[in-house]
Amino acid sequence: MTKRLNALAGLLASVGLTLLGLVIITFLIGRVMPIDPVIAAVGDNAPQEVVERARLEMGLDQPILMQFFHYVVQLLHGDLGRSILTKNPVISDIARYFPATLELATAAVIVAALIGIPLGVWAAVKQGTWIDQAIRVVCLAGHSLPVFVLAMISLLVFYAALGIAPGPGRQDIVFQDMIPHVTGLLTVDSIIAGDWDAFWDALAHMVQPVCILAYFSMAYITRMTRAFMLDALRGEYVITARAKGLSSMSVIWIHAFPNVGVQLVTVLALTYAGLLEGAVVTETVFSWPGLGQYLTVSLMNADMNPVMGATLLVGLVYVGLNLLADAVYRQLDPRVR
Amino acid sequence: MLVDIQNLRVSFATRTGTFEAVRGVSFQIGTEKLGIVGESGSGKSLTARALMRLLPQNARITADRLSFDGVDILKADERAMRGLRGKRAGFILQDPKYSLNPVMTIGRQVAESWRQHKGGSRKEALEAAVDLLDQVRIRDPRRVCDLYPHEVSGGMGQRVMIAMMLAPDPALLIADEPTSALDATVQAEILRLMEDLVSKRGMGLILISHDLPLVSHFCDRVAVMYSGRVMEELSAGTLAQAKHPYTKGLLNCLPSLTHPKPRLPVLSRDAAWLQS
Repeated sequence: MTKRLNALAGLLASVGLTLLGLVIITFLIGRVMPIDPVIAAVGDNAPQEVVERARLEMGLDQPILMQFFHYVVQLLHGDLGRSILTKNPVISDIARYFPATLELATAAVIVAALIGIPLGVWAAVKQGTWIDQAIRVVCLAGHSLPVFVLAMISLLVFYAALGIAPGPGRQDIVFQDMIPHVTGLLTVDSIIAGDWDAFWDALAHMVQPVCILAYFSMAYITRMTRAFMLDALRGEYVITARAKGLSSMSVIWIHAFPNVGVQLVTVLALTYAGLLEGAVVTETVFSWPGLGQYLTVSLMNADMNPVMGATLLVGLVYVGLNLLADAVYRQLDPRVR
Repeated sequence: MLVDIQNLRVSFATRTGTFEAVRGVSFQIGTEKLGIVGESGSGKSLTARALMRLLPQNARITADRLSFDGVDILKADERAMRGLRGKRAGFILQDPKYSLNPVMTIGRQVAESWRQHKGGSRKEALEAAVDLLDQVRIRDPRRVCDLYPHEVSGGMGQRVMIAMMLAPDPALLIADEPTSALDATVQAEILRLMEDLVSKRGMGLILISHDLPLVSHFCDRVAVMYSGRVMEELSAGTLAQAKHPYTKGLLNCLPSLTHPKPRLPVLSRDAAWLQS
């Protein structure tokens, strides 16, 4: 029992330290950048006294430690400041943009894992055969093709030429603002509202960006799964399993595959976290109002509060997913318990 | 006749050509204990694995005759091989640290082996596993069933391995250096246990080792391998009358407590041995 408590205390301490580091880095981003937050707020042509007053109001005359203290207090109140560009509190902006990314990333990582893992296992089992080579080519293309090229071609073919896919955006103009905002995930919200037309529309809009994001993630997941499985299949316990007279299916999926679980979870968590950062290029091509777009547009306009807010969120996502992955490790591998 | 091997050859395709690792091995074995000894790379493990067709995919096996239990191993399809593996012949590997699946409980691994060939429910299989662990003299087998391989000692791991391989009641047990990874004190214990179970069940045993005196102690016959060939086959009792210079050399280079030699002779090799 005390061992458990100790472990929990250790975990909390390490999470606390990580979060503190994250907040410090976020704060420094806002201060170190060669951008004057005052000028960004009041404009280039503001008279000197306005600039001075704004500087006082924003507390920028205080020592940096005080500024950091105020920033932390603000954070603890859930206040990320206000965006100059959208005029909204950053927190409500994020609540609007992040679900769009969350929806896209979650769908993409699921599709990528469902295809990538079996493909990687298959490639490992058929190592050196034409199947392995074919999978390698597909993955290599996934690694090397620029996203925007594929996204543009996809839009050109399926939307412009064939007309079988919906255009950019998250939903048709008909359904705009028709679905009450509950989770921010359009598919989930439309189910909650019971509006099946809106659901299918939202889903149809997701198909292209999800497929493209999933393809790139899949390429990575497949390559990694193949490498892990090759290693596992060389294990002595695989010979034991075969010597027991098990079918090759059992040998692969019951004996070899569970041994790559831990490594695979790491890859999946990192892939998912990467997708949750927001895929700027994909979001831009598909006019997807996600976190990546929000972050980029804010950065381009020297709007630092959203940049800091979004950075903090991405950091939290990484910390959260790492914690989750750690918990899953313990389930998958008795040696880590 | 359980195993009949005539002129077995195993070769591997490499970048520069083919490498022949086993070059014409022949022996037969019924329900007796055959020891195969030889230095590393002499092809003793490959011979045993070829018999169960457990070699890597790039290995090429040829033989005038390679039969087990009347089944032609060279022609048998994968399904027939699966019927032989485990069910007719158990295969014990060197180090239980690597040969047991690290993420599966011991009980499940033994039960799986039983159930694969005997059928029955999961519960029956688990009961059988407890009984088998008891047969290999593991104390508190029910508790050990729930342990993972990393939680038991090497000696106990090898007992688990033996239990697992005896589960389907095979006619032959192949043990590939079953004690090389264990402490010297545990080695004898494991070998005695294996010999005991093999005799009690009237099974055949192929014991692969590099320890000539140890093998001669536990086996009826000993085959001495060198560079992919059997140099000499003799019954264990007549080891002292070994004729082949390689066997003599192996025996000579053992240090002795009662007759210590200031310097151990170096094992000499002769390319002519491989000619005939």
